[in-house]
Amino acid sequence: MRVDPIEVEEAAKALYIRALKLLPPDIKAGFRKLDSAETDTTGKAVLGTMIRNIAVAEANDNLLCQDTGIPIYNIVIGRNVAVDGYELKQAIVRGCARATKEHPLRSSVVHPVTRGNEHTSCGRLVPVINIDFSADPESLRIEMIPKGSGSENNSWLKMAIPADGIDAIKTFVIDCVLEAGGKTCPPTIVGVGVGGTADLCVHLSKVAATRALGSVCEDAEGARLERELSGVVNALGIGAQGLGGDSTAFAVHVETAATHITMNPVAVNMQCHSARRARATFTPAGVSYGF
Amino acid sequence: MAHYDFDMPISDAQVRALRVNDTVSLNGTLYGIRDATQIHMFDRGRKTRFDLRGHAVIHTAPNVKWVGETQAAPTGYAPLCVGTTTSARMERFTRPLMEQYGVRIIIGKGGLFAASQRAFADLGGAYLAIIGGAAALETTWIEQIEEVDLDDLNPESLWKFRVKGFGPLLVAMDSHGGNLYGTIATAAQGRRAEVLAALGVGSGK
Ligand code: SF4
Repeated sequence: MRVDPIEVEEAAKALYIRALKLLPPDIKAGFRKLDSAETDTTGKAVLGTMIRNIAVAEANDNLLCQDTGIPIYNIVIGRNVAVDGYELKQAIVRGCARATKEHPLRSSVVHPVTRGNEHTSCGRLVPVINIDFSADPESLRIEMIPKGSGSENNSWLKMAIPADGIDAIKTFVIDCVLEAGGKTCPPTIVGVGVGGTADLCVHLSKVAATRALGSVCEDAEGARLERELSGVVNALGIGAQGLGGDSTAFAVHVETAATHITMNPVAVNMQCHSARRARATFTPAGVSYGF
Repeated sequence: MAHYDFDMPISDAQVRALRVNDTVSLNGTLYGIRDATQIHMFDRGRKTRFDLRGHAVIHTAPNVKWVGETQAAPTGYAPLCVGTTTSARMERFTRPLMEQYGVRIIIGKGGLFAASQRAFADLGGAYLAIIGGAAALETTWIEQIEEVDLDDLNPESLWKFRVKGFGPLLVAMDSHGGNLYGTIATAAQGRRAEVLAALGVGSGK
């Protein structure tokens, strides 16, 4: 199967706009679950406004949130896919810039020193493009995530030591949720990376934060940890928007990687309630869009 | 818990009547302001031509569309999606905004801290919480972008919006020391030990 860069460019553009407007069904289901369990009056009102906002965005064909975020594209290439990798990346950048110009969207991306904005949502190494490979014979998947800054500004890494054990990981996660308070636009998905190198650990926390609700960590130990943390996080009472109640997080997600005998790293990255993502899948039958 | 409908601007007495958990809706003028706007106003000596006395500012940077100057869009900008950003980054600008420009109300998400709380008490001000991320809804409360200043900082320009029924917003910090975020955060800290115990921390498991 050959993938045409022109189609990738179109998909990169369409995905950015789609992600900003349509909340995935698993997040909507997450809202319903929190709303039915919420016991606090303010919490209930805040969730009600968020749920109404989802409907207003769909009815008015508008963005869910004004923060267009830092654009991230996760690409997974199957085994029998023929594609010019360099051109693929260029096509993603062009599609991202075209979404920004043609919709138009607020470009939230600036140079880190000059703070200059090219008004394309692009800049050095942005959009972030991650490329991976799968055993699928003939498919190429592109997942687009506009990562909002309110949640991204609440990211942490701790290089704990083996003697601190799993307690250090659990304590760190709870302390990060406390530290974030309402700044991350809770309810959030709390993404936790455990193990790896420092950079891999942080990357895993992002993968965890942006995974669909209801998905489970492939590592049984990670799955157990995310179940335990998900079970208690809402007892903190920070609540939706940090204004109190039972809806601090939709879930805690954990991703793990092997680490060094001397290391015990843990990272936390959060996804806000505008937990946006969109997906395009290329197969021999054509391109289809989903979440 | 009372509800107030304010036609902006408002007086010292009006803002001092507000208490945490009251709700407010705004009509008339609302100014949009953000990180770069305030960095330029307070660190780089730039001034705005707008008269902010008695007004509310919202921590925002909108998505706008250039439509050309018309009666409906006097600046040439039509609002597409206007939402609210995290206030915490702009804590140090609360006092100068109030002292130098006479701002009375700050609207944002996530709350501000002790220095802002003191400024609200000293100078007569309040912080209103909006639901962050509910921008599609918020946009329906905006009638027009009436004027824009410092537009070289776009999208972090100083925006003058005309709003109608902008709210209800929750009074989260008032001029009497009331701070909803503080109360919630303290209570959450108080539950930390219990939550860690539930996770088996310290039990040697
Ligand atoms: S944290 Fe998320 S929901 Fe909140 S303003 Fe940023 S992108 Fe929007």
